[in-house]
Amino acid sequence: MRSPFAALVRRDTRLALRLGGGGAVGIAFFVLAVVLIPLGVGREAATLARIAGGVLWVAALLAALLSLDRLFQADFEDGSLDQLMLAPMPLEQVVLAKTLAHWVTTGLPMTLIAPVLGAMLQLPDAALPWLAIAMAVGTPALSFIGAIGAAITVGVRRGGLLLSILVLPLYIPTLVFGARVVENALLDLSVTGVLGLLGGLTLFAAALAPFAAAAALRINAR
Amino acid sequence: MSIWRYANPAEFMRLTDRLVVPLWAAAAALMAVGLYWSLALTPDDYQQGSTVKILFIHVPAAMLAINTYAVMAVASGVGLIRRHHVSFLVAKAAAPVGAAFTAIALITGAVWGQPMWGTWWVWDARLTAVLIMFFFYLGYMALWAAIEEPEKAADLSGVLCLVGVVFAFLSRYAVNFWATLHQGASLSMAEGQRVDDVFRTPLYIMIAAFYVLFVAILVVRARTEIRARRARSLRLQEARA
Repeated sequence: MRSPFAALVRRDTRLALRLGGGGAVGIAFFVLAVVLIPLGVGREAATLARIAGGVLWVAALLAALLSLDRLFQADFEDGSLDQLMLAPMPLEQVVLAKTLAHWVTTGLPMTLIAPVLGAMLQLPDAALPWLAIAMAVGTPALSFIGAIGAAITVGVRRGGLLLSILVLPLYIPTLVFGARVVENALLDLSVTGVLGLLGGLTLFAAALAPFAAAAALRINAR
Repeated sequence: MSIWRYANPAEFMRLTDRLVVPLWAAAAALMAVGLYWSLALTPDDYQQGSTVKILFIHVPAAMLAINTYAVMAVASGVGLIRRHHVSFLVAKAAAPVGAAFTAIALITGAVWGQPMWGTWWVWDARLTAVLIMFFFYLGYMALWAAIEEPEKAADLSGVLCLVGVVFAFLSRYAVNFWATLHQGASLSMAEGQRVDDVFRTPLYIMIAAFYVLFVAILVVRARTEIRARRARSLRLQEARA
């Protein structure tokens, strides 16, 4: 795999994983946010299990949101993004590669660690695989939708707060379907229908985001 | 003569200059008739009492809360495709109006809900969807405010608005889906439950009044935006000279 696409995914993944890249910090935030909940809500098992799905998804939303600034910001500021626009692939593909790298360093580790956190929140064992599957299916949507917001605000100084106002409302459908998968698993209801909706949302975001984000990046690069 | 003639700011100003006064007159007349009819001439509802009259404000405001975003999306789309600045400015001018109507819908809804349902707020699908709408308006306005260069702000807000309209539909669907679990019987008015004739005519007048008022405010705000832009470019010219 020596294509520019693979090279870009590798580069961004490596940058995020190295010290100072912020990948590990994002995951630490995800864990910490979940750990705070029992401290605030209380340690009653039934309550925790009831809210576990929603808590994990809200924490995932926030962790994904807070790591969005590294998607385009640094490359925009040091001029790398201008170079990438000249690369022998369309800008849409650049966005796709960078978004995949973002998911590999945020959504994927969150998916892997979510069952552990779910168990700590007293989710029954039968629901844990569905939690992991829901995270695997749904978190790519967070990266894709976030890429649109990140591309729109890339030129704004101190755009972090603005980014959260723009992106969090767009995350609502993902949150609803993602948390519902866990809830249905908890209540022994069928999960496949909701999982299908969540997957459809991810595919839709994957189809829309590269074009919308690339358009925003072109406007910002003028 | 095509409609695109009015994409020229000068043509737009000339057309709207003639429209401002009639629009405000029509809005005032409709509002006066509608308010008097709906507040003074309609009977109290046999169940809701005089609280029912809040709905003469609530329903038109809620309609505009949704439809203003549609106006913005169409204007943004036209702006992005045909590169018309007036379109972007109309979208920009509409956003705070839409946010205000959304706030009015939420507040009047709460005031009506307190005596009727016994609570200011329920996590009902419609209420939640309108609340989410409010945040879409806020985000759009925040983006305009954050970017200094107007050309860039216009294009980026346009992209955001088009993405937003897609996700507004998705959220509406998701929220409907979500509400089916958390709340069995919806408290909001069921579809097909007909409003009585006594209330219907004044309600239609109020809806018309709100729409005309919306257009009147929109035109004035768009004219202000165009003038502000012209002032800005004059200042820039002066600075360069």
